[in-house]
Amino acid sequence: MTSPATTDSVPPQFSAGPRPAPGPAADEGLARRLRALACTAPLHDLDTRKANLAGEYSVYGMAEVALAAIDLVTLNMDFDTGADHDQVVARLIPRIAAQAPQRPVAEHERVARWVLENLINVGSVDRGFRAVYGTFAPDGTYVRRDYDFKLIEEVPGPGGSVYLRTTDEAVNVLVGALDTDVTSAQIAAEVKLEVLISRGRLADAQLAAEQARYRTVQYSETLRRALDATRRNVRAVDWLNSVPDMIAEALDHVADRYRHENAILTNIRKARDESEDPEQKRRAAELVDIVKDCIRRHTQLQSRLLEAGPLFRAEQDRQAFATPMTTSGTDLYGQLFAPLLPLPLEQATRITDAFFARGTGLRTPVSVRVGDLVDILLTPPMEREHLGAEMPEPDLIATPDDSRFSEEQLAAAKRLLDLPADAPRRLSGLLAEARGTGGFDLAYLVALMSIHAASPSVGTAYRQGEEKLLFAVDDGTELDDPDFGGADLIVGTALLDAAGMAADRTEAA
Amino acid sequence: MSEQVEWSDPEAPTPSVPAAVTPVTPADAADAARLVAFGLQPKLQPARDQEYAELLRRYREDPPFARLADAVAAGLGLVVLEVSPRAGMAVTAAEDSVFAVRMGDYARRTSADGGDRFLHGLAHLAVAAMAFPRPEDLADDGYIGRVSVNGVDAFVRQACRRLEERAEEVGENTDPATDAPGLEAAWRIWARRSAAGATKDARRLAGSTTGIVGKAAAFLTDSGFLQRTGDDNGGTYRTTARYQLQVRDMAGSAAMAELLELGVVPVTDGTPTLLPAEAGDDLELAADAGLPFHS
Repeated sequence: MTSPATTDSVPPQFSAGPRPAPGPAADEGLARRLRALACTAPLHDLDTRKANLAGEYSVYGMAEVALAAIDLVTLNMDFDTGADHDQVVARLIPRIAAQAPQRPVAEHERVARWVLENLINVGSVDRGFRAVYGTFAPDGTYVRRDYDFKLIEEVPGPGGSVYLRTTDEAVNVLVGALDTDVTSAQIAAEVKLEVLISRGRLADAQLAAEQARYRTVQYSETLRRALDATRRNVRAVDWLNSVPDMIAEALDHVADRYRHENAILTNIRKARDESEDPEQKRRAAELVDIVKDCIRRHTQLQSRLLEAGPLFRAEQDRQAFATPMTTSGTDLYGQLFAPLLPLPLEQATRITDAFFARGTGLRTPVSVRVGDLVDILLTPPMEREHLGAEMPEPDLIATPDDSRFSEEQLAAAKRLLDLPADAPRRLSGLLAEARGTGGFDLAYLVALMSIHAASPSVGTAYRQGEEKLLFAVDDGTELDDPDFGGADLIVGTALLDAAGMAADRTEAA
Repeated sequence: MSEQVEWSDPEAPTPSVPAAVTPVTPADAADAARLVAFGLQPKLQPARDQEYAELLRRYREDPPFARLADAVAAGLGLVVLEVSPRAGMAVTAAEDSVFAVRMGDYARRTSADGGDRFLHGLAHLAVAAMAFPRPEDLADDGYIGRVSVNGVDAFVRQACRRLEERAEEVGENTDPATDAPGLEAAWRIWARRSAAGATKDARRLAGSTTGIVGKAAAFLTDSGFLQRTGDDNGGTYRTTARYQLQVRDMAGSAAMAELLELGVVPVTDGTPTLLPAEAGDDLELAADAGLPFHS
């Protein structure tokens, strides 16, 4: 604890009498810890209040269920939405069932819902928690303050659905004090993970991997918010420097993490396959899942980052390239909204009231006639058609076949290019043979397919589990042909390890 | 405005009242009142109603008739904002008029809870600020703003978060004193209200901020100020000419006057105020990641 420097010439240790209150600097640390402590209170509270529930619920460890729920929500938080309420409940049930296996499933579900609702704090209008703590103001007076926080919050999802998200407070309660920079912490966690794996200490490695995943989630969450801000108003963000820098940096980060995590993945897979100990095998398998999840999240992040550029250009077109106006309107955000927010509630309400009174337009007063009222009340409700209107039969028109080459030509070309794996051929030879059997058209098709093979679609072949792949290589020889020019490619067939790829795919899936 | 209608349509009948000063007949008064009555149906579009368009034309071409219609409106406690083919007879309620909307009628709880009253008011202001993000948008008659319910909520939350970060930067403790709720900073009220909430019947939770913004949007739609265009993002809307007029000529200036009365003088020089965050601010990875632990 530090006390503020005294202007007094007398050394502080000689000043008589205790200070009435420590200074605000020391108090701030205390306030921070009090707030941290408050975040755990709702969990303790659950175990205290379970006695009040109708029924015998003391067998359940509510705090444990609550922490598991926060875990589940955090790990299921997707980039766009959040965790699904019912899914979280469903995944909680096995743990609750394990606590009291003889109880009915309906009760387990009830416990899960009770815990989740209490973490959201459905009963309060803010759907959050409030803790009261005291601090000393700079002038030495003691002030009680309200600390409002949430553990799990509900956010709107697509189609009017509601999703769950854990708040930063909850993540901190869960993972422990995170008084560090996210990026560096993530790097540290991964380095640690690699070392642990190389030394064969998988139990510790799993812990580190899970921590790395929490950070990954937190990291993408922060970036999501930054991108949302970009989307809202082109001028709200600096597209000259800071945003491109940010995107570049984030892409670098994704690439870096991706490389890193793939390396880890390979290592753990090796550890998993080589390990004899079934327990270690299982741990390694779990680790593979966690790292794969990290990679999935990074990929999601990356696709978001790539969308940002086109979005900016479209908005730029709309907003910035219009002819400038001669008159100027009120700057609603700059002159009203922004100055209003920091004001005390009492004053801010005066302004919003004024805006409301003049900004809502008019309502024509409703006057009810008894005669109408009777009619309305006696009208039977409209019966709604259960099914919609009949779908019209689609009118299909056959499109004419305007292919450049016929099926027979394609088959002939494929036959020509069906080369044995150990005997690649020159393009010139292939062309000559094609011209001999099928004329110019077939030669043209063979040339096209050979050029296409110069950049073989390895990824597609891998995904589809092809056994062989046509490829073409340019070794610098010039093509001597009456119809075509360019390089005399070497065309050949590569055999692919279909079985190995299939095994890889099932792992990656 | 590109879709300005040509008023001297040769096929239309000439106005029945000549330009010269003639005594006002009961029929004229009935027509003027009829025009005001059309104006009281804000969702009615002049292009869709022959008689409405006819009366609007007469208002523009026949000054005595225009004065008569203005007088009818004033007598009813209405303010005429604009009379044009795009906005129709755009009238709004004067203060204390029977047509005025009162907060107490608008939402329950607002009288009991100062926080709710503020949230509803702020939702309306936020919808307008999102609909017309730049001063030019409010001034440009041809501009059509687009808002979504979730977008407005996210926008307010973003603004609140900035303030929170700023307060944190200077080491200010923004937690309010327990016994003085009126002194709590306004942004905190919004920030701590939950954005959404699950309800038994899958409707939006009325007390959540998206519920409050959704209510504002639905209300403005009923006022003929917004038109619903889709269900994405909690409901998407586009603005009408009337809304622009209302915000520009009535609400904006009224709120501004109130703000100035409080001694807050927002200074702008015409440059955009939805300013970029300080360099690197958006990349501040642990921005509000650890409220209790963040140093």
